[in-house]
Amino acid sequence: MPEITLIEGVNLALKEKMAENENVVVLGQDVGLDGGIFRATIGLIEEFGADRVIDTPLAEAGIIGMAVGMAMNGLIPIPEMQFSGFSYTAFHQIENHVARYHWRTRGQIPMPMVIRMPYGAGVRAFELHSESREAYWAHTPGLKVVIPSTPRKARALLRAAIEHPDPVVFYEPKAIYRAFRENVSDEPETMEIGKAEVVREGRHITMIAYGAMMPRTLEAARMLADEGIEAEVIDLMTVSPLDEETIIESVRRTGRALVVHEAPRSFGPAAEIIARLNDKIFFELEAPVARVTGYDMPPPFFAREQWFLPSPTRIADEARETLKL
Amino acid sequence: MPRRIIERPRGIEYLSILDEKGRVDKKLEPDIPEETLKAIHRLMVFARLFDERTLQLQRQGRIGTFAPIKGQEAAQVASVLRLREQDWFVPSFRETAAQIHRGLTPQDVWLFYAGYREGVRVPEHDLPLCVPVGSQCQHAVGIAYASKLKKRDEVTMVFHGDGATSEGDFHEAMNFAGVFHLPVVFVCQNNQWAISLPRERQTASKTIAQKAIAYGFGGIQVDGNDPLAVWVAAGEAVERARSESEPTLIECVTYRLAVHTTADDPKRYRSDEEVKEWEKKDPIPRFEKYLKAKGVMSDKDFAAVREEIREELKTAWKETEQVIRELEATRPDVIFDAIHAETPPELAEQRAYFLRRLEREGGRHA
Ligand SMILES: Cc1ncc(C[n+]2csc(CCOP(=O)(O)OP(=O)(O)O)c2C)c(N)n1
Ligand SMILES: [Mg+2]
Repeated sequence: MPEITLIEGVNLALKEKMAENENVVVLGQDVGLDGGIFRATIGLIEEFGADRVIDTPLAEAGIIGMAVGMAMNGLIPIPEMQFSGFSYTAFHQIENHVARYHWRTRGQIPMPMVIRMPYGAGVRAFELHSESREAYWAHTPGLKVVIPSTPRKARALLRAAIEHPDPVVFYEPKAIYRAFRENVSDEPETMEIGKAEVVREGRHITMIAYGAMMPRTLEAARMLADEGIEAEVIDLMTVSPLDEETIIESVRRTGRALVVHEAPRSFGPAAEIIARLNDKIFFELEAPVARVTGYDMPPPFFAREQWFLPSPTRIADEARETLKL
Repeated sequence: MPRRIIERPRGIEYLSILDEKGRVDKKLEPDIPEETLKAIHRLMVFARLFDERTLQLQRQGRIGTFAPIKGQEAAQVASVLRLREQDWFVPSFRETAAQIHRGLTPQDVWLFYAGYREGVRVPEHDLPLCVPVGSQCQHAVGIAYASKLKKRDEVTMVFHGDGATSEGDFHEAMNFAGVFHLPVVFVCQNNQWAISLPRERQTASKTIAQKAIAYGFGGIQVDGNDPLAVWVAAGEAVERARSESEPTLIECVTYRLAVHTTADDPKRYRSDEEVKEWEKKDPIPRFEKYLKAKGVMSDKDFAAVREEIREELKTAWKETEQVIRELEATRPDVIFDAIHAETPPELAEQRAYFLRRLEREGGRHA
């Protein structure tokens, strides 16, 4: 397999799963003929036809609501929200139905579904095309939230999400859709939902990130390495449920941790991770766990969006601060 | 007991006065003062040239993604010109010409598309452009309700696309407008496409105008590339809103001649032939034929208008570049401005942190 981009990883997983299972359908705005505005679904309509690659009218609540019915009647729908910023008219369907049918019916009506949506700032888009609101979905009991950070992971995690029995919000870091390429296996690869990965080993501090913040966090780790600071870096991959085991195992060794996300700081995923570390290994921590996050504001209009996003410099600085304690 | 028709639904009128060849239906021709005809013409041409200039700027990387309006000038210009200053104007994201009529400057629009919040300047009784498709329709309803409650002589005109008519927001707004008998005019810019989805796949209704019937008020379909038809329909709807406090839905049948936005590639979903067919229906040449035949303006006048607008745009861009330089020089903690009316303490703390970092990094990072 040639090296592919993250968006191509998404596309590959969709193609593979649609070929493997005729119950898998894709639906959304411009997903058919146009191939999706980011080209995530390119080539699908040609291969699987317009009945399984469904260009819908412009209505997010309609798309998700219809997907709920499809899931109830034997299909595995993969609805696309064109941008996460437009998923909110469907919030009601996701929160009240997608996330609760299994619970409401004590498992009699499962909800196998993957809701894909691009998220995040850094692509010079105008308003409402840059939000990072994974905390909403992570806060909703009944949903799983998966965020890939590389082409290979996008492919393998999306495959896992489609095979998963529960509804998954698959949050795609559009800022790195085409940022770099990675080799993927010819054989279909599937990763496990709920598992994080230590992507760089180190003994002085554990830095935890996911999605579009991974390249920046790794860059910070390289900057620290030049000064002899060995940072361990964890890619969460699944934001909910958290892989506590991997996080705790690492922080136990390093004694220090820092969490990075571009979502606003208050009530963000970092707060949850910190709470878990405090709950489980408070007395093994050498310093309070730091967080480097977006500020409590909508992402600024794009001319100033880089002032909002955690930079490698800022991440490295905060790591140094933590190490002083 | 019997099986019968409850009530014959109101029919849907279609209105066209000036056809694509520039021929006018004398019986329907409205009596528009010369000055107004010239104003309609100037604004349409302004919109076209502004669009061209802005596309150039986008290609040169001076501004970001931009949604052109080419082909839709008549539908938005001849309708918005029906509003008085005290009336409310609620745009979608493709009403640049109408916004400029209401008081935005090219500079405001360019700053917005160049990624500065400073580009969001809001003239009185206007709303800024609205990104989530269709959601502005409900705001128009609320504004109209307040006007009615306060017994103010105000009409609200809200613009939306054909795609927007699929959103629940649109239907909820239409329903509320009907139930509360509100002085609001819905102007649908049916430009045949919602990104890659053609009008026929957006709704199985024969017209968009007929959706008004279900909500208990009138709808009309007009040739949206005919400024005279739009002028007449909008005038009637505004008058109905004013004197009877009843809503109207106007469906302007028009066409998006350009890309959806500069990030879009229409070749993937529509044919050049289709675009060429619609180019023949371009609102500007037909209106110029009309103005010439009427003796209101001459070719020389048209050339003069274009020259004047080009000069105006040239100066405006120079000034905008200057403003962008100034904005780039402002301290970047402006991103913390005006998020709330009352800043929460944690946000103030975040701003202080940002400033500490900025100082430490010599203004290069934060
Ligand atoms: C709620 C919402 N969903 C999706 C989008 C992305 N989007 C922007 S414009 C557009 C198509 C709009 O079509 P239409 O209403 O016909 O307006 P037009 O673009 O033709 O002017 C879409 C899907 C959005 N901005 N808001
Ligand atoms: Mg449209």
